[in-house]
Amino acid sequence: MKSLTKMKKVLWLLVLMPLVAFASQEVHLDKAPVDASNHESLQRGARTFVNYCLNCHSANYMRYNRLLEIGLTEKQIKENLLFAGDKVGDTMKVAINKKDAAKWFGAAPPDLSVEVRARGADWVYTYMRGFYRDYSRPSGWNNTVFDKVGMPHVLYALQGEQELDHETHQLKLVKPGALSVDEYDALVADLTNFMAYMAEPAKQQRHQLGWFVLAFLGLLLVLTYKLKKAYWKEVH
Amino acid sequence: MTDKNQNKLDCVLNWVDERFPLTSNIKAHLTEYYAPKNFNFWYFFGSLALLVLVLQILTGIFLTMHYKPDADLAFGSVEYIMRDVPWGWLIRYMHSTGASMFFVVVYLHMFRGLLYGSYRQPRELIWLFGVAIFLALMGEAFFGYLLPWGQMSYWGAQVIVNLFSTIPFIGPDVSEWLRGDYLVSDATLNRFFAFHVIALPFVLVGLVVAHLIALHEVGSNNPDGIEIKKLKDKDTGIPLDGIPFHPYYTVKDLVGVSAFLIVFSAIMFFAPEMGGYFLEANNFIPADPLKTPAHIAPVWYFTPYYSILRAVPPILNSQFPGVAAMGLSVVAFAFLPWLDKSPVKSIRYRGTLYKGWLVAFVVSFLVLGYLGTVPSNVWGQFGPVLGGADRATVVARTFTIIYFLFFILMPWYTRKDKTKPVPERVTG
Repeated sequence: MKSLTKMKKVLWLLVLMPLVAFASQEVHLDKAPVDASNHESLQRGARTFVNYCLNCHSANYMRYNRLLEIGLTEKQIKENLLFAGDKVGDTMKVAINKKDAAKWFGAAPPDLSVEVRARGADWVYTYMRGFYRDYSRPSGWNNTVFDKVGMPHVLYALQGEQELDHETHQLKLVKPGALSVDEYDALVADLTNFMAYMAEPAKQQRHQLGWFVLAFLGLLLVLTYKLKKAYWKEVH
Repeated sequence: MTDKNQNKLDCVLNWVDERFPLTSNIKAHLTEYYAPKNFNFWYFFGSLALLVLVLQILTGIFLTMHYKPDADLAFGSVEYIMRDVPWGWLIRYMHSTGASMFFVVVYLHMFRGLLYGSYRQPRELIWLFGVAIFLALMGEAFFGYLLPWGQMSYWGAQVIVNLFSTIPFIGPDVSEWLRGDYLVSDATLNRFFAFHVIALPFVLVGLVVAHLIALHEVGSNNPDGIEIKKLKDKDTGIPLDGIPFHPYYTVKDLVGVSAFLIVFSAIMFFAPEMGGYFLEANNFIPADPLKTPAHIAPVWYFTPYYSILRAVPPILNSQFPGVAAMGLSVVAFAFLPWLDKSPVKSIRYRGTLYKGWLVAFVVSFLVLGYLGTVPSNVWGQFGPVLGGADRATVVARTFTIIYFLFFILMPWYTRKDKTKPVPERVTG
């Protein structure tokens, strides 16, 4: 029994380990409302991604027909998301020349397949809502979470123009766009949700399978423990 | 089973035994290998380390089928495994979780050795094989970490290979020879792949076999640190406190395996990144030789040694003392059998002096491990009175000294320690 309590302690230690991970954060990030089970949100996010992001940014590891998983049909994918003669089994590539892009923006637009795994969903969610007018920048835009970013504000027609109050560090909408603030936040939330899904499409399957495996192993632990007890009865 | 079938089985077994020592080996290593009956929790980790080794080799084989050791393709091929290979994500996560869990069980296994004096005479060679396994494992992990070809893979390898360039005179040539290029590149990736999938696994398996042969020659230690072979049954010659490894410890280890797999699966299915400790976020950005990450930290299992490296100040403009200290901090374990002069082996019969030093060592190891994951300015600086030094660096230096004193002073404090009498027979 003594060894069991010791084992418990070690197991707790293992469980608590991630909690002490990287607690510091330089810029305040808003919490992204990510929900991989919300297929409608993922579909809206996919539409925004394909229409706005996929002109400069590729998602070289994401296949179009993977979107069958989030409830789209092959016909819907072909009619709404496939441009430039791509096939439904292709990955999301872009025609932009990396060298040209680097010349235009200062840096080539990175591939976004696993962007959320590199930076986190909260970062993407805050970044896409953090553009503000800054005429000292070549693109005329700057960003609260990515200072001196090379990327212009692609969604500005939807969001409108924000300005940064350099004393309070608060963003203020000075010219409204086609969407209200809430509508724009919802659009970015869907986009972030999709990008989080795209960064690891197997995540939901991973969680579902995980419960079955843990249930099986729990049963196995009970059985092996009983087996051990039965054998060790004769050891004194 | 009917008698007829039993006879047939015996026939086959006899046929084999005349040509290969099957039955005698099963007896020598399992059914008639007598292990002390008082193994506790800490004795699970040897068999668990073996389990993880097998798991890493099996998952590694399947990963090798789909991985491309090519600077242009490596990053993408890992994502291909994660997305397009059936169950690829599971195999990859098993391998990445397995790498970290390997170090978890090996560290606990080594700590068991410290607790119960398992390195003491007559088990010096078991211990030395073990230290060699640990070194090979560190190499295996280091080479493997380059393969996903992310930013941390790349810059981690760059930093570690550069350590060799601090060796006086021959250093720069040595690191260039290791890389096969002037910087970490496709050539480096290819050779690291070769080391990771064939050279070091061979060495590891060979050393594990040697570790076990040596163990079964002298017999296992136990939480009391008593030699059970000293008291044998007069008629059978079996140690009075020994029980056959099979079935008793095979069924017991199955309990350990089940519990371990629960922890393993909980991590693998629900937190494979383990908050950035098992899989670092920066490693999801493809390697870029032109963009150095702001903060380069090795994976958690290397951080105590990395802390020691950073803690030692340069001498005569050379970083080599830090590199030497780091190397020594790992190799120091090899000297334990000859540093420990205590008349007893187990912590149960040692005095407060040894216990105090062991606690100080474990605390040093953990604090250094934590500090290795964060930038050295993490706790800010001391005031001008203390020269404005980074607080974390001063703490790391203090614990580095304690780490080494644990080894250096061992002959003194183990002699001086007030030990308790050791019983004849093992206790519960």
